[in-house]
Amino acid sequence: MTTRIVELRRGILKKNDELAAVLRERFEAVSVLVLNLVSSPGTGKTALLERTLEALKAGGRRAAVLAGDLETDNDARRLGASGAPVRQINTHGICHLDAEMIARHLEGWKGVALDQLDYLFIENVGNLVCPSSYDLGERIRVALLSVTEGEDKPLKYPALFNSADTAMITKIDLAEPCAFDRETALKNINEIRPGIRIFETSAKTGAGMEQWVQFLYSEAR
Amino acid sequence: MHELSLAASIVESVTESLGAYPGGRVLEVRLKVGALAAVAEDALQFCYGVATEGTALAGSRLIVNLLPVVMHCEQCGRDVELAGVQSFRCSLCGKPCFDLRQGRELEIEALEIDEGEIHTDQVRA
Ligand SMILES: Nc1nc2c(ncn2[C@@H]2O[C@H](COP(=O)(O)OP(=O)(O)OP(=O)(O)O)[C@@H](O)[C@H]2O)c(=O)[nH]1
Ligand SMILES: [Mg+2]
Ligand SMILES: [Zn+2]
Repeated sequence: MTTRIVELRRGILKKNDELAAVLRERFEAVSVLVLNLVSSPGTGKTALLERTLEALKAGGRRAAVLAGDLETDNDARRLGASGAPVRQINTHGICHLDAEMIARHLEGWKGVALDQLDYLFIENVGNLVCPSSYDLGERIRVALLSVTEGEDKPLKYPALFNSADTAMITKIDLAEPCAFDRETALKNINEIRPGIRIFETSAKTGAGMEQWVQFLYSEAR
Repeated sequence: MHELSLAASIVESVTESLGAYPGGRVLEVRLKVGALAAVAEDALQFCYGVATEGTALAGSRLIVNLLPVVMHCEQCGRDVELAGVQSFRCSLCGKPCFDLRQGRELEIEALEIDEGEIHTDQVRA
């Protein structure tokens, strides 16, 4: 038996990273701002997007959504009510979206041409662990945390919060009944991702939506 | 848990690179995994056993070398290793750090392979 050590130095997610880089170039080339929304299940990603689509439409902007879920097209149906193009990505048990799924669902998407869009939102599968490793070619990764989940989530899921470009605290209308400690939550997010921009919103009352939409306007190119 | 997809990617990558060693069998796969790579080693080891079944990697060892997070501290003007992933402050001066230099790696570093009898086989063929 002859044994040999072979140096490989190969990224395990190399294929995903390469495809994400291709997507990112494609998005940049047509100036569509792509955002990847990540959070636990039920944090309010779809509810935020419902309000966001409404606001962008009122502002004359064109937006579309790719909605990832394990099963069901409930989110796509909810979001479709806005009139914006929405396509569901069912992962059938896979706990995250990857760049290949994005590329595949951009193909043959009826009535949607990327160069006609100002924004493309990607709602990731509700999961605070796995999506952090998969680049989807987005420009902005938004990590969401609801007041009902507890202030220590960023400390428990540092890989995800550290990979985010923007953070959002959702369901702030429930802060009081949940005895949500805002200062601690902000501090924890800042420990994991110092200096990150943090939005605080309620999809129920609309609080904080104005700052968020202003941010979207200012980031568009 | 995405350890099964990771294990499958490892099998795919390693099988590809085995093309250069026909008849080769993998004895060991060495990984570099950053503290922020969101990988649970136990789960990965388990999935590796499943994913390698019936492949040239069957029965091989998976060695996981964990890498701590390294940030560049502007204040200190140097790279500093963090003690954990609960706080992204410089371990020397306490200032928050923004510039990640190590910690997201998810990489196959090296393989140990058994080349077997391939040389004589190749000569005959
Ligand atoms: N009170 C209150 N409830 C909210 C708010 N946002 C969402 N919800 C409720 O929280 C639940 C989950 O909201 P979704 O928008 O479906 O959450 P999600 O993150 O899209 O969930 P998944 O896609 O399943 O991961 C629903 O019952 C919403 O009505 C909010 O701002 N305030
Ligand atoms: Mg949803
Ligand atoms: Zn320092």
